[in-house]
Formats: sequence, structure tokens, C-alpha cells
Amino acid sequence: VSSKSFAVVLAVLAVIGLLGFGLLSKGEASISLGDTAPDKRLQALDGSGSGQIADYRGKWVFVNFWASWCEPCKAEAPLLEKAWRTYRDRGLVVLGVNSQDLSSDARRFAKQVGWTYPLVRDGAGDILGPYAVAAFPETFFVDRKGKLVARIDGEVSEDELETNIERALA
Amino acid sequence: MKRLALIALVALAVPASASAACPELRSLEGELMCPTCRTTLELSNAPAANQIRRFVCERAAAGDSKGEIKDRLVADFGPGVLASPPKEGFDLLAWVLPLAALGLGAAAIGVLVVRWSRRGKSETGLEEPSANGRPELDPALEKRLEDELARFE
Repeated sequence: VSSKSFAVVLAVLAVIGLLGFGLLSKGEASISLGDTAPDKRLQALDGSGSGQIADYRGKWVFVNFWASWCEPCKAEAPLLEKAWRTYRDRGLVVLGVNSQDLSSDARRFAKQVGWTYPLVRDGAGDILGPYAVAAFPETFFVDRKGKLVARIDGEVSEDELETNIERALA
Repeated sequence: MKRLALIALVALAVPASASAACPELRSLEGELMCPTCRTTLELSNAPAANQIRRFVCERAAAGDSKGEIKDRLVADFGPGVLASPPKEGFDLLAWVLPLAALGLGAAAIGVLVVRWSRRGKSETGLEEPSANGRPELDPALEKRLEDELARFE
């Protein structure tokens, strides 16, 4: 094979490779219950340090994705705070992940609704893809080993929270 | 039907009135992306887009330049909030590569066209045209033609 043909084949393969990479990286991630929860170290919303799900290994974690402009997020806020206050001594953590939001608005919102549980921030929304989050709010329940055990689309209800918590802590 | 038309008018009027109250918004709406709907702000009425509109007007009223407002938004949302990538650092490649590819493609086509035209000429023996501008005859054929013509003289 001549060096010219080799170069042409190489160029064609490179173009095909780039197209394939583009298609794969654009595709929606799929995530299933039983999978390891996607994780990423994120800046704390108040700027004091950072946090990620792995910090809470050995505990049950509600991972709640929210934004200050999301009305249902405001509606469900007291339920999440209540769950955290009631069950934190029994090994439950609520981790709020703020995303696609202005940091100043997000901090104001968290103060208004009175959240005291850990809050982290992913402004660009890089973590939303791996979780296939299409809209806020979205809540995932992660077991002590870091596996996804439940997914709640939209605003959580007290029943949904209680059912998952009782089943986990039984 | 009338009610639907009224709702549509009100929905359109909200961003329009915001633009009128804040001229900076009009110039930035096409340069900023709505983070949730992946369209420019001017095409979106999503809550996240409205939040950015409000922020732009607040910062403009506080005296921030367009560049400063964009920098603040990039700090919060990442570079994806900009409709076009910044012309610096790694993102500069997004501007340079398409132009470079276009230039290389044009150069490659030019080289190929010249080569093909040269090859075509050498294969048909048209390198040196005859005095009358027509292709020269094969010598054997020319001699035969002359012999035939001589028979009629």
C-alpha cells in the first residue's frame, strides 16, 4: 500500500472516528436502578469546601436536583428538610444539587426555604447528563453502597419519601 | 380562541417590554443561551431564560459592561451559556479549524484539478497543438491520406 493511500485511509478513519465520538457524546445517557450513582466532586453552594455522594458511603442519600427558578422545587423543599431533620440520626442524608442557576439566586432560595442539609453546585449541569435529568426537580435515592435504588421524577410527595425511607431503614 | 390569542400576546409582550426597559438585553439576547432549552435567549421564554434576562438588566443597571455581564454568567453557568465560543484559548480552535479546513479543501481541489487537466492532455497527446490549432494526424494515416488524394489528381 502506498504512503498516499495509507494517508487517505487514515484521514477517512479519523473523520469517521470524530463523527462517532460526536454522536456518542451527544446521546442521552441511560441510567438504571441498581447502577452505581454517577458522582463528581462539586463546590459547596455557600463556597465552603466541596462535596460528593462518595462522602456519605455507609449512609442512605437522597440526591435532589433543583434550581431557584423551579416552582415545584420550592413546593417540595419543606418535605426534604423535614426528612433530613427526622432521619439524619438514623443514617439518612439529603444532598441538594443546584444546577443551571445563578449562584446568588440559589443561595437566596436556600436561605428562604430554610435548608440545613448539604448543598452543592453544578452550574453548568455536567452531572445532569449522567443522571439523564431532563427537568427539575428530580430526586434519586442512593443506598449505603452508592447504588441507585429509586428515582422520583418531579416534585416528591411525603408518601414517596416515607416509603423509600422506611424501606431503607427497616 | 380569543383567550388563546390574548395569552400568546401577553407571553410575547413580557420579553418585549423587558427589552424596551433594558436596551442591553436586546443586544445580548442573541449572544446568550438558555441553559435548559439550548436555544438563544431571544427564542426562549423558559424560567431559566427569564432569570438570565433579569440578571442582565440588573447588572446593566449597576453599570456592568456587556463583557462583564457575560463573564459573570460564564462563571455561574460555564462557557455553554455563550451562543458562540470565546475567541481565545482552546475555544479559538472552534473558529480556526473550520476556516483552516475550508482553505485546505479549496487548495486540495485546486491541486487535483490542475493534475487531472495535465494528465488528460498527456493521455490525448494534446501537449503541442498543430499550426491550425487542430490535433496532428498520425504520420502513417497522413501518408495514406496523401496517397489516396494523389490517385484522384
